[in-house]
Amino acid sequence: MRDVAVVSFVQAPSVRRDPARNEVEILMPVVSAALEQSGIPLRDIGFTVSGSCDYLAGQPFAFVMGLDAIGAWPPIEESHVEMDGAWALYEAWIRLQEGDIDSALIYCFGKSSMGELPEVMSMQLDPYYLTPLWPDAISMAALQARAMLDFGSHDEREMASVAARSRRDAASNPNAHLSGDFDVDVLLKEPYLVSPLRKHDCPPISDGAAAIVLVAGDKAREICERPAWIRGIDHRVEAHQLGSRDLTVSSSTALAAEQAGGRGGAFDVVELHAPFTHQELILLDALSLSNGARVNPSGGALGANPMMAAGLIRIGEAAQRIMDGSAARALAHATSGPCLQQNLVCVLEGE
Amino acid sequence: MSDPVTGIITPVRLEYTYTPGVAASRFLKRIASKEIVGQKCPRCAKVYVPPRGSCPKCGVPTEEEVTVADSGTVTTFCIVNIPFAGSVPVPYVSAHILLDGSDIPLVGLLQEVAAEDVRMGMRVKAVWVPDEELAPTLLSIKYFTPTGEPDVPIEKIMEYRDA
Repeated sequence: MRDVAVVSFVQAPSVRRDPARNEVEILMPVVSAALEQSGIPLRDIGFTVSGSCDYLAGQPFAFVMGLDAIGAWPPIEESHVEMDGAWALYEAWIRLQEGDIDSALIYCFGKSSMGELPEVMSMQLDPYYLTPLWPDAISMAALQARAMLDFGSHDEREMASVAARSRRDAASNPNAHLSGDFDVDVLLKEPYLVSPLRKHDCPPISDGAAAIVLVAGDKAREICERPAWIRGIDHRVEAHQLGSRDLTVSSSTALAAEQAGGRGGAFDVVELHAPFTHQELILLDALSLSNGARVNPSGGALGANPMMAAGLIRIGEAAQRIMDGSAARALAHATSGPCLQQNLVCVLEGE
Repeated sequence: MSDPVTGIITPVRLEYTYTPGVAASRFLKRIASKEIVGQKCPRCAKVYVPPRGSCPKCGVPTEEEVTVADSGTVTTFCIVNIPFAGSVPVPYVSAHILLDGSDIPLVGLLQEVAAEDVRMGMRVKAVWVPDEELAPTLLSIKYFTPTGEPDVPIEKIMEYRDA
């Protein structure tokens, strides 16, 4: 396996609603800062790949306009995933394994504020049996939380504790926009939003963007003092039909973590893409980490949840802590689809 | 055994509040006063109409605003023969129009001209809605119509022909 490292990571500060800027205007400063941080001009980047979703913009081929932020002339080698940028990073990592190029730019963006996000999310379901019922994203997550509580692996207090810790950590993350000091007992007195989920169990709706530059081998050491090496990366998907899955566990996360060399491991920091509080508990069960790793010091997706970027941001946040020397080994996770349908695990290390 | 189900209809409707962005918002506001503004790339000097805040060729922000003419040249066109709900009578011409001072053609409807008389290089100008109907939308331009000026030689619009 060829050594590939994150050498730069930049994100736009997430906001509930960016009323003035379009996606390109949000993205452009992020991409140029990520390239500048890497010291590699676009013309020397071997491969560019983006992650976004046309349903967020409500416009077919909206992702093509994202290229306006890049300056793809003369023509560049470029690809796109209709997914979170974490999967764009996976494609870039695979592309770098070919060995003929040394660098890749990954960018992603999501402006969820333009549509009714919980309903937009129902468009990802199977079009015959589920989409016609219009189950919104929060209701689907609530089904999963109910299954978990009924199974008895966790309780509502643990869920509220995840919310309190995440919102507290988000206060020191300038890129998060939902933070604060909350008391678990007080949170538990709040009414249900969609039983058994309370408002604090749900992520905010966010507009945002992020970019990462990956570089292979010694070149990464030349341009970055402490590159964040990708020691393992894998993603697995479960059945599309919610009814044919056990929602109380995340078998795809367990398998991806196993394949990436992260399951049962010890980490300084873990960044999990768990938009709903109960999902963090399910993910941690699946990962079976062996030490008390610091979970989501960024505040995670509960502090800022820019669709199509929140997963890549987890990888970026984990990598950032290796690059700045505050962590030696980190695990990052990204999710896609309803109720943790598809999961990606990435293990990062310093030298 | 009942008849097999061969198809279902599942209505889908999503509503969006579209955000045109900083650059396009300025463009739309000026349209309401019959002015067409573009933005010039600080690197390659190309002028984009409508402006989107960036030069797609150079990948740099565009800030300098320039006013372009409401007249221009047909770079290429399509004769539409199939009507749709709310369309103007067919055949009609949808054309790419390179406004004077701009480096990228706009798509516009051509009227007051027979489809068979439209040519690449033809000079046209905007016909605006009455002043009281002007609004921040491209619908403020009713259509384009020939000016009667001599055609622009095809060599001069080659660069924009396929845009």
